[in-house]
Amino acid sequence: MKTGLPIAFGYFPIAVAFGLLAKANGLPAITSILMSALVFAGASQFIAVNLWATGMGGGEIIITTFLVNMRHFLMSATLARRLGPQPPKVKSLIAFGITDETFSLVVMQPEYNRVPGFVAGVNTAAYLGWVLGTAAGSLLVNGLPAVIQSSMGLALYAMFIGLLVPGLKGSKANVTVFGLTLVLSALASWGPSWLTAIGKGWKVMIITVITCSLGALLFPEEEVKDAK
Amino acid sequence: MQNSQDLLLVLGMAAVTYLPRLLPMLLLSTDKLPPVLKRFFDFVPYAVLTTLIFPEILFSTAQPASAAVGGVIAFSLAYGGKNLFLVVTGGIGGVFLWELLF
Repeated sequence: MKTGLPIAFGYFPIAVAFGLLAKANGLPAITSILMSALVFAGASQFIAVNLWATGMGGGEIIITTFLVNMRHFLMSATLARRLGPQPPKVKSLIAFGITDETFSLVVMQPEYNRVPGFVAGVNTAAYLGWVLGTAAGSLLVNGLPAVIQSSMGLALYAMFIGLLVPGLKGSKANVTVFGLTLVLSALASWGPSWLTAIGKGWKVMIITVITCSLGALLFPEEEVKDAK
Repeated sequence: MQNSQDLLLVLGMAAVTYLPRLLPMLLLSTDKLPPVLKRFFDFVPYAVLTTLIFPEILFSTAQPASAAVGGVIAFSLAYGGKNLFLVVTGGIGGVFLWELLF
């Protein structure tokens, strides 16, 4: 759980913001807390509240949620490989806690990511940060000072960088995949409008599939000096 | 019955979020994967992290410039082998100072 603390601290202010947004849009506190407790997927919850506020029907919101969260499919598959054979109960529990952040943190710790207890601990810390933050946001009134809120916005991205960069050192394969992904990701944001119109959840999935396929074709052998 | 509708919506969202998390975990028996697919999954964390970071990081703070400064600081610290906590606080501190000064 200790390893998951940076995620919990990163989630908390975002969850507070979610709680505040939900409240501002007239969603009862109990509903937004329940949503955080049962769905536990940040981006899709923000989107859901926005759609809800525009009066969109439940069916459409659920379909959008599904599209946004389909990217966890690849993460779950990758994590399943790291964890190896485990009882279905353990797998079901760990699967619930897969987020962009917990997945990234866990998968970059080769010495621990085969231990279900470690993965579950990271997930639990993140989960508590998210649910407690939502409760705080939807029940309290005031927010944080703007400059602090703004600086905290970088927290999760800085953590991603901290996770990503060590794995790039000494691995030509990983650097190649990183570079390709960077280019495609920029293209998907600033390229032709038919590309930029794709939702972020889809972009993550499509780009990941393309660059990982290229990586697997260009570098079929595991590197000896792989920093993985 | 607004409340029961809200509950249905939340339960529906929970179900469609849990399924893509659960199914690969339960169904993929990874020992039997062909090598090329194993390599594919080796790269997934790097690709996922990269698409999540860029370019969204630029819009994570009040101004793209402060985010870029924080990002570069975090990158340098991470490249220098500093631990995760230092990378994160260094990045946040960079944003904070930049926005305070400019």
